Amino acid sequence: MNDEPIIPGPARPLKPHRLLKFLRQEILPTAFCPGCGCGTVLNSFAQAVEELSIDPKDMVFVTGIGCSSWIPSPYFKGDTLHTTHGRPIAFATGVKIMRPDLKVVVIAGDGDIAGIGGNHLVHAARRNIDITVLMVNNWNYGMTGGQVSPATPFGVPTTTTPYDNPEHPLEAAELVAAAGANYVSRWTTYHVFPLMESIQKALEIEGFSFIEILSQCPVSYGKMVDMRRASDFLKFYRDQSVRVHKAKEMSAEELEGKIVVGKLVERQRSEFVTSLRRINERFREG
Amino acid sequence: MDKQGYDAIRKLLGESPAFVQGDVACAYGAVLAGCRYFAGYPITPATETAESMASLMPGCGGTYIQMEDEIASIAAVIGASWAGEKAMTTTSGPGFSLMQENIGYACMTETPCVIVNVQRSGPSTGQPTEPAQGDMMQARWGSHGDYELIALVPNSVQECLDLVIEAFNLSERFRVPVIVLTDGEVGHMREKTVIPEFDELKLVERETPTVPRESYVPFGGGEAAVPPMGFFGLGYRTYVTGLTHTEKGLPATSSAEEHTKLVSRLCEKIRQASESLVRIEERYLDEAEFAVVSYGITSRVALNAVRTLRRRKKKIGYLRLIGLWPFPEERLLGLSKQVKGILVPEMNLGQVYHPIREAVAGKCRVAHLPKIGGEIHTPAEIVEAVQKLMGGRRR
Ligand SMILES: Cc1ncc(C[n+]2csc(CCOP(=O)(O)OP(=O)(O)O)c2C)c(N)n1
Repeated sequence: MNDEPIIPGPARPLKPHRLLKFLRQEILPTAFCPGCGCGTVLNSFAQAVEELSIDPKDMVFVTGIGCSSWIPSPYFKGDTLHTTHGRPIAFATGVKIMRPDLKVVVIAGDGDIAGIGGNHLVHAARRNIDITVLMVNNWNYGMTGGQVSPATPFGVPTTTTPYDNPEHPLEAAELVAAAGANYVSRWTTYHVFPLMESIQKALEIEGFSFIEILSQCPVSYGKMVDMRRASDFLKFYRDQSVRVHKAKEMSAEELEGKIVVGKLVERQRSEFVTSLRRINERFREG
Repeated sequence: MDKQGYDAIRKLLGESPAFVQGDVACAYGAVLAGCRYFAGYPITPATETAESMASLMPGCGGTYIQMEDEIASIAAVIGASWAGEKAMTTTSGPGFSLMQENIGYACMTETPCVIVNVQRSGPSTGQPTEPAQGDMMQARWGSHGDYELIALVPNSVQECLDLVIEAFNLSERFRVPVIVLTDGEVGHMREKTVIPEFDELKLVERETPTVPRESYVPFGGGEAAVPPMGFFGLGYRTYVTGLTHTEKGLPATSSAEEHTKLVSRLCEKIRQASESLVRIEERYLDEAEFAVVSYGITSRVALNAVRTLRRRKKKIGYLRLIGLWPFPEERLLGLSKQVKGILVPEMNLGQVYHPIREAVAGKCRVAHLPKIGGEIHTPAEIVEAVQKLMGGRRR
């Protein structure tokens, strides 16, 4: 394995970044577009794993199809199942049931998790299975070049809604909270530190944990709305986000167009695999 | 499985011989084969397998889960297989259609798993409670791209049990999905079924790597190799993807060379083993001048018809396909050199008729006797069709 610094730089070589140890360095640099938020999510995620001192060999990454699915896969050096579009949570369910001792993490896009995979999302949250899902919401189908997604805001143009989006976006975090997950939050790539702490929390908590991460896509989405730089999005996230507790005091009109960030739910409903095993054991003991 | 594990399962299954449905026998076969994970979704006429697995799994130390749909069922089965367990799902036509994308994924990622399809009459919702043989081609070609897999076709309740065990063995041995194609009739009828004893049970387990992580090549090994499976939790940090991948498992989506190498190996590992995968039953073929080639429930009627004709001193033989895919081409070519004509009765409008004609390559006549609507052929229909074939002129 190559431990050389990968960033070509000054004569004095840079010390390799301490989080590089988590990555399959032979496949770097990443395939992400310039300005993409996926790198920020990968960074926050690796930082959270480091903070919790989790050995990546005890983790399984399950991803779908889309740019966001490439955040852990193939970069993060753990057992990895890069599955079909929309299905990572269903695949992860099989892994988790048979190996409850492993931390199972799903990272994928809004199209994958909430669109084509929406049914699996709702039912995994309802079962409250101990899986951590990071839904990277870039408001569009990034990989296929900027089509409308279930999370695209109302009234904006995309390549398949060239005259503006007539649909309302899904509030995925609220949906998952209503479906019964033990932990739900929403953050953005502007809020890197709270995001990192939230990922730690999600990894630690037993039960279904879900973080919706708003993440910029200046190339596929930005081209249609004239937000071509990452900073256009980061400023937007900074200016338009409202903390959960503040949002509670605001009217629906005041919340129009805002991004509610923070923890939506934290609770201790019984976890699915634990209940399943308990019931099976009760039967065996007869 | 050790003797103690076997005894525990036998206690759950009860008396042998048992008098059970084909669907239930599939579940018996699964638990005896070491299946410890079942994910499914209810659908007639396959539901009884799911119900049996739900009641059997806890006692075997396994897990049953009802997923939100069949796409999720096969996905969870593949996930469980990568977690190191033998896993199965069962379904019927509509669910089988939904599973196709992930069956291709299992082929591409070399994931052992078993799918039982209790066929019902389609297309679409069709005749939910009626048997059919309409998915013979879908089993082979249902997912996109080039791939090979194995499909077995039982014609009795006993064979449901036996072939599900065999399906697990083959899927572990070759790291492919194995499809067991039963039908609503075989699935729902009850027959005497002998449960194999401990020493009769020959089980195959997937090979796992023995080399250190740095030197493990998860998807390599040359032309027709079946690489050892470094499943999750063993410490190999295996990277598994449905994208075209290198021997190391990493994506190589723009490389014609890598793609050709990978897909060729996936196909060759089955093709080169096809002789060992031939499963056919032959009867009355000595001096036969004509033959009935059939499979599944239809073969039972065919055998009855052949016996009737033999009693009438007609030189008619019987060949039953038990292994459908890979297709036993050589055997059919051999048969075509012996007989003047072959009759193919089947419960579809002509699915296995086609590969038979291709294998026979004009060496003998091939006549077709299709029947749909959920009704099984009668012996008289087959007798009549054979007589017509015998009387027919060579074109
Ligand atoms: C069944 C299926 N349908 C469609 C596609 C094509 N496809 C690939 S990625 C993608 C969209 C990904 O969007 P999203 O999940 O939001 O992730 P992003 O790329 O934006 O991160 C689509 C539609 C596919 N691979 N499989």
